[in-house]
Amino acid sequence: MDDSLALFIEIVPTLLAAVPVTLVLTFLSAVIGNTLALPVAVGSLSPHIYLRYPSLFYIFVMRGTPLLAQTYLIYYGLGELFPGTWVQQSFLWPYLRDGFWYAIFAFSLNTAGYTGEILRGAILAVPKGEIEAARAYGFSRFLIFWRVTLPRAIQICLPTMTGETILLLKATSLASLITVWEVMGTARQIQKVTFRVYEPLIAAGILYILMVFVLTRLMMVVEQSINRHRLAPV
Amino acid sequence: MDTTLKVEDLHKKFGAVEVLKGVSLEARTGDVIAMIGSSGSGKSTLLRCINLLETPNSGRVYVNGELIRMKPLQDGTAKPEDIKQVERIRSKLAMVFQSFNLWTHRTILENVIEAPIHVLGLPRKEAIERAEILLAKVGIAEKRNFYPNHLSGGQQQRAAIARALAMEPSVLLFDEPTSALDPELIGEVLQVMRKLAEEGRTMLVVTHEIGFARDVASEIVFLHKGQIEEKGPPREVIGSPKSERLRQFLSATRH
Amino acid sequence: MRFVEGLVVTVEVSVAAYCISLILGLIGAGAKLSNSKVARGIADLYTTLVRALPELLLLLLIYFSGADALKFILSLISEDFEDFEINTFAAAVAALGFIGGAYMTEVMRGAILSIPNSQIEAAKACGMSRFLTLRRVILPQMLRYALPGMGNLWLSATKDSSLISVLGNTQDLLFMGYRASAVTKHYGFFYSVAAILFLAITIISMIVIKMLEARVNRGYR
Repeated sequence: MDDSLALFIEIVPTLLAAVPVTLVLTFLSAVIGNTLALPVAVGSLSPHIYLRYPSLFYIFVMRGTPLLAQTYLIYYGLGELFPGTWVQQSFLWPYLRDGFWYAIFAFSLNTAGYTGEILRGAILAVPKGEIEAARAYGFSRFLIFWRVTLPRAIQICLPTMTGETILLLKATSLASLITVWEVMGTARQIQKVTFRVYEPLIAAGILYILMVFVLTRLMMVVEQSINRHRLAPV
Repeated sequence: MDTTLKVEDLHKKFGAVEVLKGVSLEARTGDVIAMIGSSGSGKSTLLRCINLLETPNSGRVYVNGELIRMKPLQDGTAKPEDIKQVERIRSKLAMVFQSFNLWTHRTILENVIEAPIHVLGLPRKEAIERAEILLAKVGIAEKRNFYPNHLSGGQQQRAAIARALAMEPSVLLFDEPTSALDPELIGEVLQVMRKLAEEGRTMLVVTHEIGFARDVASEIVFLHKGQIEEKGPPREVIGSPKSERLRQFLSATRH
Repeated sequence: MRFVEGLVVTVEVSVAAYCISLILGLIGAGAKLSNSKVARGIADLYTTLVRALPELLLLLLIYFSGADALKFILSLISEDFEDFEINTFAAAVAALGFIGGAYMTEVMRGAILSIPNSQIEAAKACGMSRFLTLRRVILPQMLRYALPGMGNLWLSATKDSSLISVLGNTQDLLFMGYRASAVTKHYGFFYSVAAILFLAITIISMIVIKMLEARVNRGYR
């Protein structure tokens, strides 16, 4: 028991050092993915078939295949393209050698699919009356989207987005399978080095619980500030 | 140009049902035209064809002498030739809706300045000044930083009227403004509308409030099944209705 | 052709794990809605922990602890007990089932709470015993509200099943993709094949779910 505790204390700093990696993975994937989700969602609602079908197909593929498969596909698939080409000599190579950016790429694309679907539903749920009022006042179609539809849609889907962000945080653990040293990967490595099975995993677990807790609180603050209009008047 | 609004021979079909069968109307500056009729008579549709929230199948709409150019399509419907023209004209025809349609994610003040800033290009400071005056005029200045959901129906509708006035429109379009209100709140909205009429604004009001129509309107138009059955000053139309249907309608809606 | 075998294994893992999730979900929902504080506490702990931790982590933890627990129990029973490797299939199924059970608990709990109280009252008024009420009124009605969530969990199960390759299992669809591509170096192509087969599972599942939803909603349209 003392042995375990001592080991714990040794492990924790190492794992803590990996927490920023997990957080950065989450943050970057969320930002890029959610930004990409916007054209995906808008495209899926477009009256033009050549925009709608590809967007819907994209959403379908992203949600219909395992994230792990997508990650492997991108890491190994793109990885096989590059060696031997000009890219290896270019300035991009350090980025492309490390699993980190592949992970971000894969997670972003996946997020764009899931968030795209959520945003799509939210846009459809915006009260038609408010959109009609904007039309009646001479707002251009772009302005209507930017000033009415989008802000309302984001408000509507915010609770779901909180859940999705938590899922993303947990999904970053898959990056450990493509040589990224985030919390999960570091924990596995510690397992191999110390021959201890449980302590690294439990320590990692505690860290994840903490991260999820903090993230949830953060999202609640964001939700509250955006949803001011629902709360009691000040 | 004395005629602010002119509608000629408007036809509108929804699928196989013809809702407007050739309606013509004229509004001069300062006119307050009340449109009455039973449900399905086409009065809301007529109003919505004027600012092209619905597109008429045929007919002409002139706003301030300018014709809204339409392009007929193969299936018998039509669509506006130039959406920019439509948007510009809409900015001169402010509409007040039955269900208020305030933008619930913005405060009352923000609702009133939104269109002037983004459609008319007014600088923010000016828009706010204008909004403050209008909010005071309709009597809800103290609610400026509240969100629509926190206001009563009557207050919301008055805010919507302020929003409409902020565009300094040539014609104010009211689509059954009090139909969604609790009875005790109707009065405050009608009072505001009466004030506007007395100021000489040009207003087109679709309403069920016959009393209001009789007291405030300069002309009453009675629609039945997509056509204008009777038209004229209130004392004629309400006082001595010529058509049988109008008489039935008036007795059924005794206030 | 190996791919099809992989497909079969993937489906097997998903089905087995899903069944476990169903059972755990029912128990969990029952516990959460029960009057016993202990039951509620355990169930809450279960769902909160499982939903806060990455599947990968849980998979490994359960695999190791399950294996050790099993070995421990067996060593108590038999004297000349030798060390052995836990079958990765079973371990993954157990772990994925355990994880899915937590989410399933929430789905079923929400669904049961959505049943209008009047329905249960009517059953009581007829004199139905609690067990009978459960069987004939609550469960069928819960199904109607729970189906979308259950459908989603099934789709998740099919996708998470590919985590089995992390445990060293070499039989599921994703691993087939890996092996084929590692040998031929055509990673892009073979992983895409695997992806397409996953999509096939998804499409078929979605069709079945739609049919079930239509059937369950028979009296309501």
